[in-house]
Amino acid sequence: MAGATGVLAPLVVLELLARSDVLPQTEFPPPSVWLQVLLAQLPAGGFWADVLLTLEGWAIGLALAALIAVPAGLLIGSSRLAYQMLRAPIEFLRPIPSVALIPLAVLVFGTRLQNKVFLVTFACLWPLLFQAIYGVQDVDPVAIDTARGFGFGRLARLRLIVLPSSAAYIATGLRIASSVALILAVTSELVVGVPGLGRTINVAASSGDFALMYALIAVAGLLGLTLNAVFARVEAWALRWHPAQRLEAGA
Amino acid sequence: MRRLRELGPQLLVPALVLLAWGVWSARAENFFFPPLTDILASFRANWLFARVPTDVVPSLERMLAGYALAVAGGVGLGVLIGSFRLVRWAAGPAVEFLRAIPPPVLIPFAILTFGIGPQFKIFVIAAGCVWPVLLNTIDGVRGIDPTLRETARVYRIGALARLLSVVLPAASPRIFAGLRTALSLSLILMVISEMEASTNGIGFFVLQSQRSFAIPDMWSGILLLGLLGFLLNAGFVELERRLLRWHRGAQASALEGA
Repeated sequence: MAGATGVLAPLVVLELLARSDVLPQTEFPPPSVWLQVLLAQLPAGGFWADVLLTLEGWAIGLALAALIAVPAGLLIGSSRLAYQMLRAPIEFLRPIPSVALIPLAVLVFGTRLQNKVFLVTFACLWPLLFQAIYGVQDVDPVAIDTARGFGFGRLARLRLIVLPSSAAYIATGLRIASSVALILAVTSELVVGVPGLGRTINVAASSGDFALMYALIAVAGLLGLTLNAVFARVEAWALRWHPAQRLEAGA
Repeated sequence: MRRLRELGPQLLVPALVLLAWGVWSARAENFFFPPLTDILASFRANWLFARVPTDVVPSLERMLAGYALAVAGGVGLGVLIGSFRLVRWAAGPAVEFLRAIPPPVLIPFAILTFGIGPQFKIFVIAAGCVWPVLLNTIDGVRGIDPTLRETARVYRIGALARLLSVVLPAASPRIFAGLRTALSLSLILMVISEMEASTNGIGFFVLQSQRSFAIPDMWSGILLLGLLGFLLNAGFVELERRLLRWHRGAQASALEGA
């Protein structure tokens, strides 16, 4: 209920500004106009195909990044020597803006899906890698020693102790990486022209269909909102046993 | 001595990687991956310092302008939203929605509103970077120890003094975590906005080099962006360590921010 007021008030103000010609109506169509466009596109066809294309790049890139970064992070985190040797190169690679690689991706992959997947994967590697490393380093040493004392092997220790206790860190990494992935997927569509929501927004803007542009920007926002909510839910469910979640639920 | 021993393995891997890249690229004769020596030569020709006034300075100006706007807006609004339940109630859903919009999709809207000059880039950078600052400021302000807040009230410390010497310092570790995230985001959005529509700037140069198949130039630009990202981050970490020296948890929050 609280939400409705906060979202409606700015929309009403925009509507009034546009209707009273304070803002030029061609470039700033009133919200009622682009909300109608949004509703008209809702049933079939419309933006759904673009949303699916964007989600495709998002999902493949995120999954690839997780497949690479999580095992690598677990390995690096569990060996002091590996951590020391690789810390400097990782610290150097991580702040490189992934978008600097766009021209390279265009050269190598053109405007195909691989372009999007490459950029998304590169950008998502770092938050996942760091979360996995911190997760392993934060495992309670007493638990490890106890398991070793009871004769559990390396694999059993990994499965029973390391993975569950670093799961909270990895889940947070996934949540951060998910929004990074969406940004990079849309960027590759917008700047390079890989098919998807970003490219359609660009086309709508350059063909002067501004109502459609605003409607699609709203769709992009709703997509981001949905992904955030889904990941927060999944995290809460998968880690319902974890103290961090139990504390939050209790508070 | 201990530091030296630790430095050894730290430098070993980067040195090996550079060496391997140099040797491999010199023999590969791959058009997309020119010899490292060509890239370095092009780096010297372009960035030491021929193109610094024409491309690097305008890029950094736009980035810092957008970042400064985001910091001012994010901290200001964050204190407001964090301090008053009513504002939080009213603004919460709008904030949730707006921050979920991937910032690059605002580029067409920004070009429409501001044209293709520097203003649109500054807007996109500010609009993207404001969220980490805002959300961290809200959390920082809300997380202030209630005893601290109540003590300040009991002593009848005025609102302004309370803001400057109680609320902001107490929230500053969280605010700094947001500022750091926003800094790397501002570099990314600077590059994206310059690739989309520009007549100068590092992002523009890199994309233009690729389109004219000047591959070593393109790589030199990528290298420069990597160096910039690294230096900005390192500079910020150093600044944070100095400013937050008084805060015992600074170390812990620096880890969190990473």
